[in-house]
Amino acid sequence: MVYLIRVQLREDYSNLIFYLSPLVAVALTLFFGSFIFLILDLSPIESFKIFFISPISNSYGISELFVKATPLAIIALGLSYCFKNNIYNIGAEGQLTMGAIFGGGIGLLFNDSTSVFLLPLMILFGAIGGAFWATIPAILKTKFNTNEILTSLMLTYVALFILDYFVVGPWKDPAGYGLPKSMPFPDTGRLPVLFDGLRVHIGVYFAIIICFITYIVYNKTLFGFKLKVSGLSSKASQYAGFKYKNLIFYTFIISGACAGLAGLFEVSGPIGLLYRDISPNYGFTAIIVAFLGRLNPFGIILSSLLIALTYLGAEDAQLFLKIPSAVGFVFQGLVLFFLLGTDFLNKYRVFIK
Amino acid sequence: MSIELIIGILNIVLISTTPLVFAGIGELVTEKSGVLNLGLEGLMLVGAVTGFITLVLTGNYFYSLFLSIISGVILSGIFAFLVLNLMTNQIATGLALTIFGIGLSAMLGKKFAGTPIDGLNPYYFIVISFLLVFSVGYFLSKTKSGLIVRAVGENHNSAYALGYNVIKTRYLTIIFGGVMSSLAGYYISICYAPMWQEGMTAGRGWIALALVVFATWKPWRLLVGAYIFGGVAIMQMNLQAIGVKLPGQFFNMMPYIATLIVLVFISSNKVRLKLSAPSCLNIPYEKNS
Repeated sequence: MVYLIRVQLREDYSNLIFYLSPLVAVALTLFFGSFIFLILDLSPIESFKIFFISPISNSYGISELFVKATPLAIIALGLSYCFKNNIYNIGAEGQLTMGAIFGGGIGLLFNDSTSVFLLPLMILFGAIGGAFWATIPAILKTKFNTNEILTSLMLTYVALFILDYFVVGPWKDPAGYGLPKSMPFPDTGRLPVLFDGLRVHIGVYFAIIICFITYIVYNKTLFGFKLKVSGLSSKASQYAGFKYKNLIFYTFIISGACAGLAGLFEVSGPIGLLYRDISPNYGFTAIIVAFLGRLNPFGIILSSLLIALTYLGAEDAQLFLKIPSAVGFVFQGLVLFFLLGTDFLNKYRVFIK
Repeated sequence: MSIELIIGILNIVLISTTPLVFAGIGELVTEKSGVLNLGLEGLMLVGAVTGFITLVLTGNYFYSLFLSIISGVILSGIFAFLVLNLMTNQIATGLALTIFGIGLSAMLGKKFAGTPIDGLNPYYFIVISFLLVFSVGYFLSKTKSGLIVRAVGENHNSAYALGYNVIKTRYLTIIFGGVMSSLAGYYISICYAPMWQEGMTAGRGWIALALVVFATWKPWRLLVGAYIFGGVAIMQMNLQAIGVKLPGQFFNMMPYIATLIVLVFISSNKVRLKLSAPSCLNIPYEKNS
């Protein structure tokens, strides 16, 4: 007798499975992760404790969790606009960098300023910088029909080299012993922290506000409805008279501005100056966050916390288990693999005949 | 500039460009069949570390090359299963592969970082890379199988209707691309460096990706483009050595900007786009049963 695995398109699309699959993906990641620890001759239970529990067992750790989750959440919330519209902006890392250059540039330009308006101006320019960098793929897509996946990716590397040029060239700190970094921003250009002695900053409020605004936009506005329709079928949205090109433009600008904002928050918050490696791949990791959060604003907040934990856990693992912090990337990659895989069960019914 | 200097520079360009040719020609075949694999960087790193570790442990070049290739088959096989059987989003899956590969290679290679090895002579690989480009060019334009690959990439539904196995074809091209990326990584850790260091491919996977577009999916142009990209990178170092005051970062940006310009040029005209890019690139294939 021959058994064949057959698949069939689901007619009863289930919301429950849709929101459960991220949990299944996380569970599978932990299961496979424990094998990785076993191969490395480490006890999985102890390792998981160090990876996922000990980093957030004190107030400093919880503050760090929010420090890492804030940029991820802000970028992923912005990206969700693009992804909902089926536009693949994968250049958030570049838009983040441009935001840091624009906003940070203002901080360096007025580095003797004591004005309270300096920080708001930096924040504004951070968002403008990110949005500016995102308009390039948007223009190329709408005017020349150029694939936004490749353009936004290429522009990321251009932005990283521009930052590199500034910090080793014109913006290099003359008192910095020749290191490739800028002068520190003035105190008025630093993001206020929420608690003395901890690094968690007011960017958290921005993330929460953006989350609520996004929820309202998606569920209560015509713009959100247009996004949903054109994401499902761009032909239908054009038939309905929605200006598809405008939608592409707006979604790119929103996601670019969010990434730029996150970049500025990084440099004016925890870092305090400009240098080469301002972001540990936040722009790319935020893509995972957006998918894991199912493009739902509240889901994105939850998944940003989870992915932020993989960053922290990896740092602790390096310290206590003597394994490279890149192990965090292994978990991030795995969780995305499993999430994408479990999505299949969402769309299709599998049975054996 | 003396003759010796020019020959010296050409030699360095040859040696440093070869990984781009390997990774690029593999991705070209994958994309010709309609699949965009963004996982090159991850595949290269895992290929590099697997080859390196095997060489340190066994001292045998053949085993190390073999296992490096196997690592490419396994990882790209996983990618192929996800995007072909489970019909996942190619962009997200490719990124996951890159992120996973960066992490996995760093983890595996930790104990071996800085171990000295006797490197292989790079000229074997340089010759092989040229032969590969010629054979891929011949395969795609002159053989029946090459025609099937292109047909699958241009219109998978028609190819299916003509009786060709879309999934199988794409499995083969994805795995070919994966193996080529591992070879690129193997070359970097065994011939070019020769050593292992975390993240040592240094973004070459992304440049190779740009290269395929820059070459408008044509093997010959890929070879020329690779040497232009590689040459620009080496030129930058030499120009600075003789005192040219243009910042090096602008040279480093050139491959990406050149690719952007080519992309805009080919996509601004519908006919030109059809003649260059595979029409089904990045479009998932759902078999109707």
